[in-house]
Amino acid sequence: MLKLIGRRLLYLLPVLLAVSVLTFLVAALLPGDMAEVLLGDQATPETLAALRHDMGLDQPLLVRYFIWLGHVLQGDFGRSFRTGQTVLSAVAERLPISLELMLGAQLIGLSIGIPVAIICAVRQGSWFDRTMTGGAFGMLSVPSFLSAILLIWLFAVQFQILPATGYTPFSEDPWANLRGFVLPALTLALGEWPVIMRVLRSDMIATLQEDFIAMARAKGLKQSRILLVHALKPSSLTLVTVTGINIGRLIGGAVIVETIFAMPGIGRLLVTAIYSRDLMMLQGVVLLVASGFVMLNFIVDLLYATLDPRIRHGRG
Amino acid sequence: MSLLEVENIIVDLPTPRGMLRAVDGVDLTLEAGKTLGVVGESGSGKTMLSRAILQLLPRKAKLSGAIRFDGQDMTRIPAETLRKLRAKSVAVVFQDPMTSLNPVLTIGTQLTETMREHLGVSQSEAISRGIALLAEVGIPSPEQRMGNYPHQLSGGMRQRVAIAIALSCAPKLLIADEPTTALDVTVQAQILDLLAREQRSRHMAMMLITHDLGVVAGRTDEVAVMYAGRVVERAPTRELFHHMRMPYTAALLAALPKLDAPPHTRLPAIGGRPPDPINPPPGCAFAPRCIYADPGCDNAKPPLSAPDARSHQFACIKPLPVAA
Repeated sequence: MLKLIGRRLLYLLPVLLAVSVLTFLVAALLPGDMAEVLLGDQATPETLAALRHDMGLDQPLLVRYFIWLGHVLQGDFGRSFRTGQTVLSAVAERLPISLELMLGAQLIGLSIGIPVAIICAVRQGSWFDRTMTGGAFGMLSVPSFLSAILLIWLFAVQFQILPATGYTPFSEDPWANLRGFVLPALTLALGEWPVIMRVLRSDMIATLQEDFIAMARAKGLKQSRILLVHALKPSSLTLVTVTGINIGRLIGGAVIVETIFAMPGIGRLLVTAIYSRDLMMLQGVVLLVASGFVMLNFIVDLLYATLDPRIRHGRG
Repeated sequence: MSLLEVENIIVDLPTPRGMLRAVDGVDLTLEAGKTLGVVGESGSGKTMLSRAILQLLPRKAKLSGAIRFDGQDMTRIPAETLRKLRAKSVAVVFQDPMTSLNPVLTIGTQLTETMREHLGVSQSEAISRGIALLAEVGIPSPEQRMGNYPHQLSGGMRQRVAIAIALSCAPKLLIADEPTTALDVTVQAQILDLLAREQRSRHMAMMLITHDLGVVAGRTDEVAVMYAGRVVERAPTRELFHHMRMPYTAALLAALPKLDAPPHTRLPAIGGRPPDPINPPPGCAFAPRCIYADPGCDNAKPPLSAPDARSHQFACIKPLPVAA
C-alpha cells in the first residue's frame, strides 16, 4: 500500500509541472495586459513601456515563467497587481466558502442520488425507475441559473424560510452561515444527483446479475445487507470517479451559483482576476485549484484500492 | 415424507422471441441423506430446476408446481419465512467460485455472515467456527485465510471456501451446480471427494448437477437424466449404468472419451442440436437426433414411466433392450 502511494505521488510531479506551464501560458496569452488596465486609454507608449519594465512584463516569456516558478516553489505565489493582497491570503479567504459550498452540494447530491439509484436498480423497469431515470435526464438539462432562480422564488419569496443571497462567516453566526448555504448547495446538487444516480444505477444493475448476489440471496441474508454490503461496494468505483471529478470541478467552477447567491468564493475571485488582467492572481489561483484537482484524483485512486482489494494487491 | 418433493415443476422464461419453457413438468423426490445426480447438456434445464428449488429464479420467470421441503411448499411461504429458512434448509455451491464469491469482501466476512444471520452466534464464535470449517474442507493455515480476499486463493481453494460457506449452517440439502466445471482437472476429483465425504459424515442430502455422466457414476444413489427441460430417464445409479434404456442417456455416455480407446479415435458426438425451447417439437424432443427413432417418435410424447422395473423410469417408446 505504501509503495503504491509513493509511486502515484511520483507520477504527480510531471503532471503538476505541466499544469504550471499551461497556467502560465494561458494567462500570458490573454489579450491586453496589466499596464493597459492600470493606466487606462490615455496612457502614452512611453509610460506603458516604463510600467511594463517595472513589472517585469518586458522580459521574454521563458524568463518570466522561471522567475514565477522559482517564487512558487518557495511558496510565494505573488501579489495581486490590483489590490496588493497576496494570492495565498486571497485564496485562503475564499477557499473555505467554495469548499463548504462544494461539500454541501455533494452531500445533498449523494444523499439523493445513492438511494434513488439503489431503488431503481432493484426495481429496474418499474414506474419508479422510469420516472426517476426520465426525471434525472430532465434535471441534467436544466441550467443552474434557472434552478437557482426557481429555488429562490420558492424558498425565499414564497415560503420565506431561507435567505435569498448573502454569506455570513461561520465564526460570526454558524446557524446563519449554514442557512445561507442551503439554497446554493441545493442548486448545485440538482445538477449533481442525476449524474450520481445514473452512473450508480447502471453499475448496480450489472452487479445484481452477478453470481455472488445469487449466492448472498441463497445464504438468506437480509435484503439491506445484500444491497448495501454485497452490491454497493463493488458497484461504486465509477461513482467515486465521478464524485472526484465533480468535486474538483465545483471548487473553481461554481461561478454562476456563487454570483447569483453573492457568495465570495474561488469562482468569483477567478472571474474578477480575468476581467482585470490580474495575471499574478489568475496564475496563482488556477495553479492552486488545478493542484487541488490533481491531489483529489490522487485520493480517488487511493479510494479505488480501499474499495477493491484486487487493485490493492496489484492485480485485476 | 421425503425431504424434497418436487411436483410437476414448470418454469417459463420470457424472451424477446416468446416464452421459453426451461423446465417442462419435472417430478423428483429426494430422501434425507441420499444423493441425486442430475445430468444433462447445457440448456437442458438442470440449472433452472436447481434455481427453482432454491427459489432463486429470475424475477420475470414464471413457476408453477409444488416444491415441498420437509413438507412445506417453498413456493407458497412468505418471503421473510423463506429467507430465515435458507442456508439451514437448502444450501448451494455454484459452478464458478471466482464469480460466486464476492471479490470485495474477505473470506472471513463471507463465511461468518451466514452463521451470524441464522445461528445467532457471536462474532467471535462465528470466527472460530469458520476457522474450523475451513480446516475441515482442507484449507491450510485457515486463520490467515480468513483475512484473505477470493482473488488471493487458487480456484480449487476458492471452491473449498464456497463449500465451507454452504456447510456453515448445517443444511439438510446441498445443491452442487456443476461444482467442478470451472476447475482444473487435477482438483476436480478432490472437490467431488470432499463433497461426498461431507455428505456422508453430515448425513446430508445432495443434488449433484453436472453435464458429465462420469461425475455421477459411483458418487450418487440415483441419477436423473434431463433433456429439453424434462427428466427422460431416472434410475438408481448402478441400474442406470448397467441397463440404459433411453437412447439419449446412451448417446451421452458414448460421448465421453474412453481411456482404453486407441489414439485419434473420433468421439461419437450427438449429431444435431438440442430442440428450440421456444418452439419445441410436438413429439419426443430427442427424436430428431436419435439414431433409433422412427416416424412414430415424432408424434408421441411418452411420459416418464417404469414399464418393467419399478425403480427404473424412462420416457421413450423405443427403449434400448435390457442387456442380458
